[in-house]
Amino acid sequence: MKKRLLEIAHARSGDKGDTANVGLIALRPKDYPLLVKQVTAARVARHFKGMITGKVERFELPNLRALNFLLHGALDGGGTISLKTDAQGKVFSTALLRMEIEVPR
Amino acid sequence: MTRRLRIAAGQGFWGDWLEAPYRQVTGGPVDYLMMDYLAEVTMSIMQKQKSRDPALGYAKDFIPLMQRILPILAQRKIKVTANAGGVNPRACAAAVAEAARGLGLQKKLKIGVVSGDDLLDRLDGLLARGHALQNLDTGRPLRDVRDRVLSANAYLGAWPIVEALRQGADIVITGRVTDTGLTLAPLIHAFGWQASDWDLMAAGTVAGHIIECGAQASGGNCLVDWKRIPDLANVGYPIVEAQADGSFEILKHPRTGGRISVAGVTEQLVYEMGNPSEYITPDCVADFTTIELRQAGKDRVRVSGVKGKPATDKLKVSIAYFYGYKAVGTLVYAWPDARAKAQAADRILRQRLKDLKLEFEAIHTEFVGVDATHGRLAREAVGSDDVPEVQLRVGVRARDEAPVERFTREIAPLILNGPPSVTGFAGGRPKPEEIVAYWPALIDKQVVQPTVEVVEV
Repeated sequence: MKKRLLEIAHARSGDKGDTANVGLIALRPKDYPLLVKQVTAARVARHFKGMITGKVERFELPNLRALNFLLHGALDGGGTISLKTDAQGKVFSTALLRMEIEVPR
Repeated sequence: MTRRLRIAAGQGFWGDWLEAPYRQVTGGPVDYLMMDYLAEVTMSIMQKQKSRDPALGYAKDFIPLMQRILPILAQRKIKVTANAGGVNPRACAAAVAEAARGLGLQKKLKIGVVSGDDLLDRLDGLLARGHALQNLDTGRPLRDVRDRVLSANAYLGAWPIVEALRQGADIVITGRVTDTGLTLAPLIHAFGWQASDWDLMAAGTVAGHIIECGAQASGGNCLVDWKRIPDLANVGYPIVEAQADGSFEILKHPRTGGRISVAGVTEQLVYEMGNPSEYITPDCVADFTTIELRQAGKDRVRVSGVKGKPATDKLKVSIAYFYGYKAVGTLVYAWPDARAKAQAADRILRQRLKDLKLEFEAIHTEFVGVDATHGRLAREAVGSDDVPEVQLRVGVRARDEAPVERFTREIAPLILNGPPSVTGFAGGRPKPEEIVAYWPALIDKQVVQPTVEVVEV
């Protein structure tokens, strides 16, 4: 069945220049492999299509049951240049949690 | 040798909660108070203040804060590391010394000053000697914007602070030192760690990363179970309690609000993270994929296993330069058809800007209440147009001030000559704002010589 990431993960995001980072963390350790398998860099790039201008990179932190995503070109120039409300990428975290993945019953 | 050392976080940025440092030094035993003041663009704001008055250019609210807590610090022998010095650490130290003398602390306090990070006056020499200071994001050489540079500071690491502590400083005030160095330095000093103990350097760096944003590690801005995080009004800021082997616990004072949990500390660990295997500081390269977290008790998280690699031979340089101008105007539209009205107003506004032949580098529209935070993803989720109210928020950016200034005069007319049921213009016409942009670069470590001075009050 499909579930929103919000139900199985939590997240925090921040900025580095024009790049937003999203750390995605499994709420329960046993769900981490689901994140690794399904929340790929390509899938995240599709999720944010039209909202970011650059590529998406993914890093794994199995010790923390976390994935770290770098969303390049996410902040309209970033920091002080950006005209966005979320110029520092603070809420890309919950935007990612809108994604749905397939979860075994 | 010290068995356990407690370092308390007091400020996570310039503008953080003024009560936090006071509560950290009065709420229970601590050895150090660590305060991080400097964000990427803070230095340029301070440079501007210094150019108007040579005695300014540091975090001004640090002085009344120190005035308030200095007697407690002296009595309880709590030391301070803070990068409150900004672009003028000596002036900051002089102001703290004056406050200390006013409190009768003559000959009872030593203040250390760490500087040498400021490269502004050396830039042309550095460029001439072949240091291109290329933008780490775009690869462009600094020559492109040299005539618009407002500040340039290398990120120093922990070691100059360690030197100040070795010379007996009670309060160490620095310029652009890394956030993590402010926590690592007391650990190096207390435990006698060596620079080549890369795992220990990394452990102290991770400790610093966890507490450098203040309450973000103790329940603030924490998504997990946020409704049940207790008493945020009385939130306890995080404290590192470290041992000589590099393991440490994150905790907070008793009888404070917030929560120290594995989930919350994990959120802070991934905050502003790049490649987690290579968290680069002047002191080491920390590997965040080696960190082990364990709930060691109520509001206590144990951190261990941190591995590090040798430091690189570069320092990061934070350069601020003048970029151009921007302005943001807002109007609020009410039900019915709130969203459609705001959309119509946006179309009209853009038509008028076009008819005026104003040239902008960017025009950005958000409908607050619909898509300002999650963009297209939120628009798809909202579905219905029947939202109770929408704030139209339009921003423009240009290299010249004139089109931005003209834009600021095009918002108010929409109240009477645009779509109906509009309000929320009490704040008046928006003001064009100067954009100071950030230019990250690297420089050879050997080029930068930190300076350490320690003086008795």
